[in-house]
Amino acid sequence: MDPKLDLLYRLADDQLILGHRNSEWNGLGPILEEDIAFSSMAQDKLGHSLQLYGLLHELGEAEPDTVAFTRNAPQFHCCQLVELPIGEYDFSLTRHFLFDHAELLRFQALADSSYEPLAQVARKLRGELKYHALHANTWMKRLGTATDEAIERMQAALNFTLPYALGIFEKTDAEAEIISSGLFIGEDELQSRWLESITKVLGQTALTLPDLATATPVFGGRHGQHTEHLQPLLDEMAEVFRLDPTADW
Amino acid sequence: MTDANSQQPIAKSQIMDWLQAVKDPEIPTISLVDLGVVRGVEIDEASGAVAVHLTPTFAGCPAMDYMKRDVERTLREHGIEQVQVDISLREAWSSDMISEAGRAALRQHKLSPPPVLGNVVFDLDFLEYAECPNCHQHNTELRTPFGATLCRAVHYCHDCRQLFEQFKPV
Repeated sequence: MDPKLDLLYRLADDQLILGHRNSEWNGLGPILEEDIAFSSMAQDKLGHSLQLYGLLHELGEAEPDTVAFTRNAPQFHCCQLVELPIGEYDFSLTRHFLFDHAELLRFQALADSSYEPLAQVARKLRGELKYHALHANTWMKRLGTATDEAIERMQAALNFTLPYALGIFEKTDAEAEIISSGLFIGEDELQSRWLESITKVLGQTALTLPDLATATPVFGGRHGQHTEHLQPLLDEMAEVFRLDPTADW
Repeated sequence: MTDANSQQPIAKSQIMDWLQAVKDPEIPTISLVDLGVVRGVEIDEASGAVAVHLTPTFAGCPAMDYMKRDVERTLREHGIEQVQVDISLREAWSSDMISEAGRAALRQHKLSPPPVLGNVVFDLDFLEYAECPNCHQHNTELRTPFGATLCRAVHYCHDCRQLFEQFKPV
């Protein structure tokens, strides 16, 4: 696949799918402020996915709605982390923390992309993503220094989630060209910046980052291999669209 | 007032003046011009067509379609027949684009205006510098970065003991 398309599909699909998962907290958050926070982040992420699908459309791909609502799981390039069900709040917060740190650093780097339309979008998104990282840090620090139960649950969530989070940095065949053409700094460099960033926050808590050397990254998502959770999500997300794809909203 | 029907060439300043009537659909005291959402106006002197360039405050802002329609309608009411509104991120919006008049309009709506960031790198510590729109003091604390809309954060004022909203710095 063309390196630009390869990169954009991964970015856009991550945003769309995690945006949809975040929206599932709407009305269910443990406190009103958290209900609103996850709903707001969902809205941001859907907006971000629209910008990225818009770039794909400019490159000759189908309309954003068609791309978002008519593909099946094997055609999606999101990492498996974002498609997992919301689970308990400890998992959703931990996923949010691990994903959004990578996301903020990714778009900060993409602001210097050699592909100017993507750099323009990144310059916009990085400012918004700071709020996502701030929100995640606040709760990791708050719960990661709270009661024994809170610390145990957050630690268990971190242990479970980390291998999936490493899957964010799964490379594709286009990786070498993506780096050499200046499109993006590459997944290895991103992962090393991410590790530094999350370590700094976790250092202010009672939580311990599991040893990365012994963790097996959950790969496959970038190549269309997904968990059994993605297709039901897509079916639900596209249910209304598929009733009448030509409807004008 | 010059009208489009009078065959006089229309000045950009005239268009901007008319666009002062188009307010943010969610904050009716502030115009899109003062909010910094209107990034440019181009007039084709031969055809009289007017192109208006808008940029969203937040990429996922659901009000952009309303804003686009409001701009089109307002200019048509002033006799401009050919109006083209495009929305893009060519020039990323920053809260520093809100004018002084815009900041006053936010205060009037009891929204704390965002601090001016200037050329410094945006650090989230800026969120703590919110001005209470009720008592105008800065003895305040961020409660949550996500409020009723994407562009608002919720703060608490320790002096007047009230929650208030701030237009987020970006």
